[in-house]
Amino acid sequence: MDSIFCWKAIMQFGIFSVGDITTDPTTGHTPTDASRLQDILTIAQHAEAVGLDVFAMGEHHNPPFFPSSPVAINSYLAAKTERIILSTATTLITTNDPVRIAEEYAMLQHLSGGRMDLTLGRGNTGPVYPWFGEDIRQGIPLALEKYALLRKLWREDVVDWEGQFRTPLQGFTSTPRPLDGVPPFVWHGSIRSPEIAEQAAYYGDGFFSNHIFWPASHTQKMVAFYRQRFEHYGHGRADQAIVGLGGQAFMRKNSQDAIREFRPYFDNAPVYGHGPSMEDFTSQTPLTVGSPQQVIDNTLGYRDYVGDYQRQLWLMDHAGLPLKTVLEQLDLLGGEVVPVLRREFAKNRPADVPEAPTHQALKAATERQDPAVPGAQGATYSVEVK
Amino acid sequence: MTIRQLAVISAGLSQPSSTRMLGDRLAAATVARLEEKGVEVEVRTVELRDVAQDIMNNMLTGFASPKLEAVIDAVTNADGLIAVTPIFTTSYSGLFKSFFDVVDNRALTDMPVLIGATAGTARHSLALDYAIRPMFTYLHAVVVPTSVFAASEDWGSGADTIKTLPDRIDRAASELVPLVIASERSTTVRDPFGFDAALSAVGGGS
Repeated sequence: MDSIFCWKAIMQFGIFSVGDITTDPTTGHTPTDASRLQDILTIAQHAEAVGLDVFAMGEHHNPPFFPSSPVAINSYLAAKTERIILSTATTLITTNDPVRIAEEYAMLQHLSGGRMDLTLGRGNTGPVYPWFGEDIRQGIPLALEKYALLRKLWREDVVDWEGQFRTPLQGFTSTPRPLDGVPPFVWHGSIRSPEIAEQAAYYGDGFFSNHIFWPASHTQKMVAFYRQRFEHYGHGRADQAIVGLGGQAFMRKNSQDAIREFRPYFDNAPVYGHGPSMEDFTSQTPLTVGSPQQVIDNTLGYRDYVGDYQRQLWLMDHAGLPLKTVLEQLDLLGGEVVPVLRREFAKNRPADVPEAPTHQALKAATERQDPAVPGAQGATYSVEVK
Repeated sequence: MTIRQLAVISAGLSQPSSTRMLGDRLAAATVARLEEKGVEVEVRTVELRDVAQDIMNNMLTGFASPKLEAVIDAVTNADGLIAVTPIFTTSYSGLFKSFFDVVDNRALTDMPVLIGATAGTARHSLALDYAIRPMFTYLHAVVVPTSVFAASEDWGSGADTIKTLPDRIDRAASELVPLVIASERSTTVRDPFGFDAALSAVGGGS
């Protein structure tokens, strides 16, 4: 196994997909679930081919999104790829049974040889909660309690547990046990909830800021808060916390071509379509539409407000963009953007800022019994339900 | 005493607008009474039409543009709010409601509010108490008992001559003033990361 990409990257670069099925506004073509799934499998494998480190798949239970099971997609990809880390964006901690998350992702961990991690999210689609028997108003308590159980299931061979949101467990063992005795690395994803940043800090887990929908000033506050709390809980200095950021870009060699080509997709995209102009949105959020050099410049600028960080993922395959275009975007990302970013982000980066988390690094740290290793925290961050 | 901050919101659409005119009259009456009591006050007046597109974009994207964010901050950090809307189709205008829809629903808690409305005829006047007052009650704002409705005729010869528009404005302002003086909103430091009291880092759930 080639060790350059996934085990020793100071920073990991990759893509994430939300799996939206959106009509291409320039052709009127709407992919089927079947074709979109095949396209995403192609995109993920191409991401590895162009030298990216991470592919992350979303989880949704409502059209126009099709990927209900990122763990199934990532298991397939584990067999088809060799180096890329398979992650999620996000795994729904609120509406899934944490026992099933523990089991399924441990299975993926073995199948992928440790080339996996997961990003937990709450999900913001109201009806999904009742469809799975939960209440969206309990979103934060659900995320906290279910994650506390998930951690326990990966760290203790035999679990006795009782909580508010799940039937109790007596003498339960989640199988398979984590690969090499090292639980999968967990990122906690959030757009706006400081409770989730606090949770990530409490456990010394990673904090992944969505970043792409809101202004940078908001991400800056959330990450600064997470870093400060990470230090408070004794996992290391604030600048040693594990931070990931989302990003969004559309590139052509000539920036005017990028703007012209992307505009109809922007104007009709889910989330921000039919709202602000592309010019307003690019000035107010991290979306970059332009040349590869502009993407490089903007991305390097993220470090100015979040500090040295560990993972950068971009959303590249949404809004009805055809497969061919997405693959061309990946060629530019892997060929022109990421090599420069690797070099530039490595400059002036303190040696004691952690590298991006990998199974190998966590395994080595566990063997050294490093007290600062993420996941060493034993107690449980929780809420009292009133 | 620190300088009191008074925010005025007008959802009037035309320029000049009678809704803006009512907002200005309510603000002037409030300022006059505050100054009588030796209280310094700064007035920030916002015409929502100037941020109308930003409000709609905020609905679609979930975040406020810098221009709208400055308006929201000015309103939510004020010691008192004068909110005036035209009555459209039996209720507040869509623009007026949309603005309050994008403001955090906890940001106006305890805010002293004076509500006013304008319309072509006085037959719409109960919209103030049946639509606008309940909205602020939902937001846990403190709405003064007197609301001020100005029909077109109130600006001319057909006006109510027993309780004139200036009388009603003055009465409403007199109710708002003590609340503005007592408010600590503009000087309170808010923790953007303040958690619900139920959150704690102690063990549990196992």
